[in-house]
Amino acid sequence: MLSIRNLTKIYEGGVLALDNVSFDVPDGQFLAVIGLSGSGKSTLLRCINRLIEPTKGQILWNDIDITAASQDELRRIRRRIGMVFQHFNLVYRSSVLTNVLAGRLGYVNPLWSALHRFPKEDIEKAYQQLERVGIADKADYRADELSGGQQQRVGIARAMMQNPEIILADEPVASLDPVLAHSIMQYLEQINKEEEVMVICSLHFLDLVHRYADRVVALNEGKKVFDGLPQEIDDVKFKEIYGKEAERVG
Amino acid sequence: MKPKASWKRSLRLGLAVLAGMIVYAYGFQVTQVSLDKTREPRRQESFVRILRALAHPDIFEYEKEEFIVQAPIYVPCQDNMEPLEVKENEPYMTITPPCANPEEVVQVEGFNFEPNTQGPLNFIPPSGVTLQLTRITTDEHGRFTASVKLPKRQPVEGAQHIRVITRRNIGTPHLSENGLETWRKIVETVFLALLATTFGTILAIPISFFAARNIMKDVKSPLSSIALSVIAWPAGILLGVVVAQRISQVTYLLTQNMPVNIAGLVVAPLVSWRMTRWAIPQADEALPSTAKRIARMLALGIAALCGILSVYLFTNVAVRVGNSLAEPLGPFGFLGVFVANLGDILNTILTAILALIGGGLVSGWMGRLGQSMTARLSKASLLWANVVLGALAGAILTSLIGLSINWLYEFGEPVEVLWLPSLLGALGGIVLVLRTKNKEAVPIGLSIYYVVRTVLNALRSIEAFIMAIIFVVLVSTGPFAGVLALSLHTVAALAKLYSEQVESILPGPLEAINATGATRMQTIVYAVIPQIIPPYISFTMYRWDINVRMSTIIGFAGGGGIGLLLQQNINLLNYRAASAQMLAITIVVALMDYISSALRERVV
Repeated sequence: MLSIRNLTKIYEGGVLALDNVSFDVPDGQFLAVIGLSGSGKSTLLRCINRLIEPTKGQILWNDIDITAASQDELRRIRRRIGMVFQHFNLVYRSSVLTNVLAGRLGYVNPLWSALHRFPKEDIEKAYQQLERVGIADKADYRADELSGGQQQRVGIARAMMQNPEIILADEPVASLDPVLAHSIMQYLEQINKEEEVMVICSLHFLDLVHRYADRVVALNEGKKVFDGLPQEIDDVKFKEIYGKEAERVG
Repeated sequence: MKPKASWKRSLRLGLAVLAGMIVYAYGFQVTQVSLDKTREPRRQESFVRILRALAHPDIFEYEKEEFIVQAPIYVPCQDNMEPLEVKENEPYMTITPPCANPEEVVQVEGFNFEPNTQGPLNFIPPSGVTLQLTRITTDEHGRFTASVKLPKRQPVEGAQHIRVITRRNIGTPHLSENGLETWRKIVETVFLALLATTFGTILAIPISFFAARNIMKDVKSPLSSIALSVIAWPAGILLGVVVAQRISQVTYLLTQNMPVNIAGLVVAPLVSWRMTRWAIPQADEALPSTAKRIARMLALGIAALCGILSVYLFTNVAVRVGNSLAEPLGPFGFLGVFVANLGDILNTILTAILALIGGGLVSGWMGRLGQSMTARLSKASLLWANVVLGALAGAILTSLIGLSINWLYEFGEPVEVLWLPSLLGALGGIVLVLRTKNKEAVPIGLSIYYVVRTVLNALRSIEAFIMAIIFVVLVSTGPFAGVLALSLHTVAALAKLYSEQVESILPGPLEAINATGATRMQTIVYAVIPQIIPPYISFTMYRWDINVRMSTIIGFAGGGGIGLLLQQNINLLNYRAASAQMLAITIVVALMDYISSALRERVV
């Protein structure tokens, strides 16, 4: 169970990105976070593993206070939280295999990994993960030789190397075409359903939300404006979330 | 309205032109621009002479064959004058008239000479001295005519002689002495630049990370941690030096016996490697127990000692083997000397390296201690601890600065160079502690960043030429001084260029690697280094190119390379030789430019 309590983030320069946001996520849930660009979705996700330091509030995960963790503790927390990014964030000049193995960095000894030495089990696991997302044959390719959809699969394989209990997905399909988007979302769904990994995923398209999410949290200008089931988003709620001029597409 | 504005504009333009004229007039005056000197015929002559000399670089020469032809002349006319012998197929000269009084003009004609050659026409009195009368040039048929005025000398009984010496090129051209020397020195120059670039690059790479804002801005540490690290540095350095000295002594005992030395060289690294493998498991899923951690620490200690011992043993073997190989290897003896020198250098800098490692390790441990202290202590007791530690750290820092200033200026006043700075430092530390919020992490990374940047900028602004003057004092004139000077300059210049590359990497991969729970070092290895390899290679090559150019100049300061030769020849007004060296520099720089751009294209 992950509980977010009164989370507030004010950036340097005074921009209020999150304004007193609170909600709980039970284990194994697929939670979609929706809202306009700039509504604070990315900030919320990054506060959970403290890539961004929250200004106020607490994040508790099974009674561990993530916000109060020391650097060493934070490292041990982060390694159990996988993250998938909109722009994949692969290291483009490294091989696909190295990119996937990077998911083990939180577990392996820093000294050996600095010499690019990983335990045998980890390398086997990396191949298994690549197999699972269907690109095992690309292991020795350079990451920038892959197409967008393949790169995002590498991103998922990297996150899965961490044996995560939570996956944070920051608009994982926003830079992909609709067909690829569904295939990536299906991988996330499979991970969520089969391995009972909690997925917190920010999304743009409501049809994806309806299709994959168990629950929706909506943000508008840093405030939580909706928290409920996807089916509950009717036209009135929609205008509350996206503003009065917004219209549904697709 | 409009005409008025336009009138004002014209006035302003006029004033601007006037101001510009004044600026350039003063510029002309200051830089002494004037054509007066160039109109003097003497200058024009020398200028043309130098240009022509430069156009004939002294690189190749021919073997010369000398032809000496002489004909008798009688001064004054006498009775028993022998007639001139003429051989049809050999060079000969006729003199008309064959006798004359001193200071009279005679006509000298030459036949069957080598076509188109030059040479002196001399008058040889019985004493055998050479009096040059003129120079002759033969035409395409090997003939010449010259009217010469006989010298004013006492009349002599018997024949005197007119002698012409001409030279002929034989065989194929070969490198002249100057050409050979130029070749040797240009090779020295290229290698000087290569070594300087290599040493500079090796040092610049780690420094560049400390000079990169995006890496350093997130390095924050609580005050107690920083203070403990500062206190620990000198202690760690001391520890490193002591360990180095002790092991060096042990090595000395072992190396008395070559088999023991070699056995040690096999056993020590093996033990070190085994211990390291055991003490640092590849994965650490759970926190190990205290007993296990202590055992691992001990194993690591043994591994470190064995490692250091094996390096010492290795340097010793390298020196011996290198020295004994230098003779039998013959022309490749430089390889043996290289191995011996490498061993010697490694041995010398090992103490410094160990001191640095010791300082780093101890201060790292103390820093962690400080972090856990900050996490555990209550606010009040932390404040007290911080005040004490801050005062101590500040005092150590400033007293070290005071001592190094004293070393430089030799004040010798303990109150001023030790106690006063310590007091000020302690006060500064306390003020810093009181001004920072409790448990707040201080952006120490940015402070380091600014210090490194400042030092690099200062170093970069000193020309390598000037550095060479200083290094010449330390290692005497020669290319090694140039290597050191250029290396230092390369470190400063490359570290800055590199750090800018680090600053411009994509932040996304950095974020992703961070999110996996990687440490700072892992983040650098997996997210930063793959991104900076191509620009690093490209900049290193560019720097080699620059260093070749700079090493041509560094010889002027005694730093070896072709510059010394060039300067000598210019000072001796030997422009043909200097021209050869300039040509060599031009060719090498052009070649380097071409090669480096070709390689850059392939790698990047």
